[in-house]
Amino acid sequence: METLAALGGGFAVALSPENLLWCLLGTTLGTAIGVLPGLGPALTIALLLPITFQVPPTAAFILFAGIYYGAMYGGSTTSILLNTPGESATIVTALEGNKMARSGRAGAALATAAIGSFVAGTVGTLGITFLAPVVVDFALKFGPAEYFSLMVLAFVTVSAVLGSSAVRGLAALFFGIWLGLIGIDLQTGQARFTFGLDELLDGVNVIVVAVGLFAVGETLYVAARRYTGNDEIVPLRGSLYMTKEEWQRSWKPWLRGAAIGFPIGAMPAGGSEVPTFLSYYTEKKLSKHPEEFGTVGAIEGVAGPEAANNASAAGVLVPMLTLGLPTGATAAIMLSAFQSYGINPGPMLFQSQPALVWGLIASLYIANIMLLVLNLPLVGLWVKILRIPAPLLYAGILVFATIGTYGISNSPVDLVLLYVIGIVGFLMRRYDFPTAPVVIGMILGPLAEQEFRRAMTISNGDWSVLVTQPLSATLLALAAVALLGPMVWRVARR
Amino acid sequence: MTKPPSTGPAWPETLIGLGLLGVAALVWWQTGEIRTSPMYAKVGPRIFPYLTAIGLGAMAVAMVVAGLRGGWQPEEEREVPTDWRAVFFVGAGLLANVLLIVPAGFTLASVVMFVLVAHGFGSRQPLRDAAIALVFALSAYFGFAKALGVNIGAGVIEKLLGG
Repeated sequence: METLAALGGGFAVALSPENLLWCLLGTTLGTAIGVLPGLGPALTIALLLPITFQVPPTAAFILFAGIYYGAMYGGSTTSILLNTPGESATIVTALEGNKMARSGRAGAALATAAIGSFVAGTVGTLGITFLAPVVVDFALKFGPAEYFSLMVLAFVTVSAVLGSSAVRGLAALFFGIWLGLIGIDLQTGQARFTFGLDELLDGVNVIVVAVGLFAVGETLYVAARRYTGNDEIVPLRGSLYMTKEEWQRSWKPWLRGAAIGFPIGAMPAGGSEVPTFLSYYTEKKLSKHPEEFGTVGAIEGVAGPEAANNASAAGVLVPMLTLGLPTGATAAIMLSAFQSYGINPGPMLFQSQPALVWGLIASLYIANIMLLVLNLPLVGLWVKILRIPAPLLYAGILVFATIGTYGISNSPVDLVLLYVIGIVGFLMRRYDFPTAPVVIGMILGPLAEQEFRRAMTISNGDWSVLVTQPLSATLLALAAVALLGPMVWRVARR
Repeated sequence: MTKPPSTGPAWPETLIGLGLLGVAALVWWQTGEIRTSPMYAKVGPRIFPYLTAIGLGAMAVAMVVAGLRGGWQPEEEREVPTDWRAVFFVGAGLLANVLLIVPAGFTLASVVMFVLVAHGFGSRQPLRDAAIALVFALSAYFGFAKALGVNIGAGVIEKLLGG
């Protein structure tokens, strides 16, 4: 009941004409960047971070959340029509979606993706509404030791468990933590890793790292892969209205996808690849038309993973808002936006900033409705965006990267740093390192250090406090199982 | 666990591992340079950096070993030839941008970068690209940057237009 009243208050905030406009701007921009290959929500929100100096926090987060949700919708359009996933989360959609488009059912594929995204996005937002207060109650019991152990668990899951290699994931994570440590140590005032450069005293800016990895690194990677620009866009054919049979084949996968996606997204592990693949294999197994999978394209294989993708995107916001724990690159950058306002996400946020939190959650419901309209009747518009030639697209991305970076302090040093990180990002892409752990480590690393030092101060320097308190010990044990479990399993099977 | 027949060391992966080992050594060495005060002796500003250096070093060693054993890149990725010409032009565009942005201003630097990058990606209409770049950079300057309240270096062109 309390939750419903709070949500009502949130709608009063989100429905103000100004905030509706921010939501519309965010969802439109989000869909556009989701459609465009090479641009993602993490990069876009990083480029827009300076807006936090201009507008109140509620407006900024409604905008960012709109971009985040919109990118999930837009990514499916690219996967279906171009077979080049616009977002990593929509790789699975491309499997069946593009086959459907090639057999003349692009309209139905787009429709089931958009409506499934709407259903799952709404289920996921309902999940946030009712799960968040529960997590908050639980999290209020956390002390510094528990927070530190929780962050260790998140570090392990985002870098070692979800990627293709624990070694490369952890290497990316430690690199990010190191970047986060550069600058003045806030507790002792000592400079760390500044190499005598005054520019580094304030630390490495997260904009530089995100833009370097996701814009410069990505551009170099695409250029190096001998980009020929011959991607074939499947023409939009077939009615956007689904037949009765298509509805019947879609609604169960939507709900199953949402049921798979939200819990996995809400765990302090995040990631949308696992739930989308899980949903895909579930639908393939349950389908009455298994012969369509991989041949002409099965609608269940689009409906389920798309729903799982959107529900897990919503789930990621739960640990982010309630614990201040980002489990994806986009969430990490949103966390740095909170820091820019001097707000600490976490259980206290729901008490200290109810208008902001509940306004944001309410705006997610509105964003889903806007996105359904933006993505179904207006899909033709987004198909046109897909036709922007690659040379102009990537050259334009680098111009935006310049604005975002050079605007920080008008220093060419930042541009040099941007390009160095871009080269690192290129090598990481080329040699199959995940990039999200870098951003997560950079944002979460200093917070983990802070909690660690707090815990040590309380315990008077006794490290054992991490394993003698039951909750902290449990979290660390889970982290150890997540890290070592797969290795032990492999050895045991041999 | 069956390993594919050994193909000999994969040098790019080994080099990446060695490079990361260098970074770990750098982090270790620089951590020793952080000054600590006896007041904070228990949990000073060095502990996390040391842990980070150890983590980086351990992963680097694992990568060097994996590299010497044949690397981790899948066969099809290894067979994609690198388009050095494209990388060269994109790199040249980035370099031109850094060198020009202070003396010539954002718009001019962006146009030069845009044309070079577009060329790297296979566009063969430099004049058309320059025209698009000019319109794009100016609208980005007066729209995006001004709306965000970001101050980016005004050069000749921006001043002429009253930026």
